[in-house]
Amino acid sequence: MEILDFLTGNLDLILKLTIEHISLVAVAVGLATITGVPIGIAITQNERVARVVLYLASIIITIPSIALFGIMIPLLSTIGHGIGYLPAVIAVLLYSQLPIIRNTYTAINNVNPALREAARGIGMNPVQRLRMVEIPLAIPVIMAGVRTAVVMNIGVMAIAAYIGAGGLGVLISRGITQSDPRQLVAGAIAVSILAVIADYALLWIQKRLTPKGISA
Amino acid sequence: MIRIDNLTKIFETPNGPVTAADHINMEVPEGEICVLLGPSGCGKTTTLKMINRIIPSTSGKIFINGEDTTGMNTVELRRNIGYVIQQIGLFPNMTIEENIAIVPKLLGWDANRYKARAKELLELVALDPSIFLKRYPRELSGGQQQRIGVARALAADPPVMLMDEPFGAIDPINREVIQDEFLKMQQELRKTIMFVSHDIDEAVKMADRIAIFRGGRLVQYDTPDDLLAHPVDDFVESFVGDDRALKRLRLVQVSQVMEPVTTVSPGDSLKVALERIEQQGYSHAILMVNERNQPIGYVSRSVAQTTNGLCGEHYFGLKADTRPEDDLRKVASLMFNHDTTWLPCTDEHGVLVGQVTQRGITHYLGATYHRDAPVSLAQTLQQISA
Repeated sequence: MEILDFLTGNLDLILKLTIEHISLVAVAVGLATITGVPIGIAITQNERVARVVLYLASIIITIPSIALFGIMIPLLSTIGHGIGYLPAVIAVLLYSQLPIIRNTYTAINNVNPALREAARGIGMNPVQRLRMVEIPLAIPVIMAGVRTAVVMNIGVMAIAAYIGAGGLGVLISRGITQSDPRQLVAGAIAVSILAVIADYALLWIQKRLTPKGISA
Repeated sequence: MIRIDNLTKIFETPNGPVTAADHINMEVPEGEICVLLGPSGCGKTTTLKMINRIIPSTSGKIFINGEDTTGMNTVELRRNIGYVIQQIGLFPNMTIEENIAIVPKLLGWDANRYKARAKELLELVALDPSIFLKRYPRELSGGQQQRIGVARALAADPPVMLMDEPFGAIDPINREVIQDEFLKMQQELRKTIMFVSHDIDEAVKMADRIAIFRGGRLVQYDTPDDLLAHPVDDFVESFVGDDRALKRLRLVQVSQVMEPVTTVSPGDSLKVALERIEQQGYSHAILMVNERNQPIGYVSRSVAQTTNGLCGEHYFGLKADTRPEDDLRKVASLMFNHDTTWLPCTDEHGVLVGQVTQRGITHYLGATYHRDAPVSLAQTLQQISA
């Protein structure tokens, strides 16, 4: 009951933090998509490079977020952004690479070889094959990667409150330092609900982007 | 026209080089269907796919309509060659219209023109545009999909088509139908076509010429009839099958073995009928026609011998008849069905034009088996028309 009172009493604050949280994740995963999808497509051309890139992305994702923030403080301090927005976005951008690159790589690689042969045989050049055939067919799997990245990083971003990036993590960190379970639980619930809503919203987008001929 | 000059493909494998196609030389005349035939791994598909560079050749040249393709841009070359594959390979993210129109679109046609073309091609492959244009490939049956596959290959009206076992994945009943439709289309379109198959029956049906491959080599390149009549070696002989003489039935039309026929009319007496039967040496019966020369029945020898009266009072109904353009396989089948050794042959108005007999068929097929005096199809045709 206390928690409910807290939630209703602080709607403004929660809304502000939620928007902050969303914009952090959106910018970071957006940038990660812009970089990860081309990387995922590029590495389909060379299996050895693909293995190295996927291996690196897997290593990055195993670094605990708090450690990653720690590593970035001295590095980014040299340009005056040791804490705050920038390191938070960079961390999420890095964490997002694995799901996005791996899904893109897998999806493009798994396009039916017969379709690829047909596309070559009728005289599409490599760019046309990608644009007209391979990417449209890969969209559901690429979008699944983006969804994974978003849901995972909504959680990661909560920890970024410790380096002053804002977001719903602020409630959690305050709750801990002030021994205030209301803030702690409210923050945790808000983060969870946000993750679920984001997942459904992206699922909807995924369905909209999937070509009609292949949607289930 | 497609001409292949010393075309060779050597694959480098971990176990050393493998020669998939060994100095292949052949020429497909303009407007003909050439079927590349052989067991798997014989080099037929490799040869086909070197023409549009899906597989790069090791050495040798390919000429299309007299022009050496070696220096051509790969993408441009492919846009001028229709390509149909066994797996069909329609793009599932595109509608049927978009699939058919893809090559014209790549070639930069304007939207009105390629849309009209898609509609026209759907009609050509016997699918209703109002139903199918906006559908997606997965909503179509295998047979319908491959029709679209053929339409897509024809879209930009390429002079040359390559077909890699195009009907191999379609059920036997639909395959027959599509083959027939395709042949009908080809009669008008007169494309130069290379067609890979592993089915001798399909090859005999579709081909103007058949190229038999074995172990990367072209072992025989002949018309279906010559191939069936004169296989060059034991391999080809066993490949075309023990029943190769029967397979030839499909290649011969009734008009090629049709004989003149003597008839009676209903008003003739049975005595006249018997006389004519004796004169012509007919073994069992004589055909009876009406005043418009349409066959209406037959008078049997035994009745003519034992009975007095008119033919019109003592005849039996006809069991079947044939048309000059029917193939002999159908005729043989009718003969077996109706336990008869001859059939009348009529034109589209039912007017008698001749008869076809078992002896005539046997004689025709047998003639080309005598190697000393080979009779080519063309020669025989000349004889008949003369």
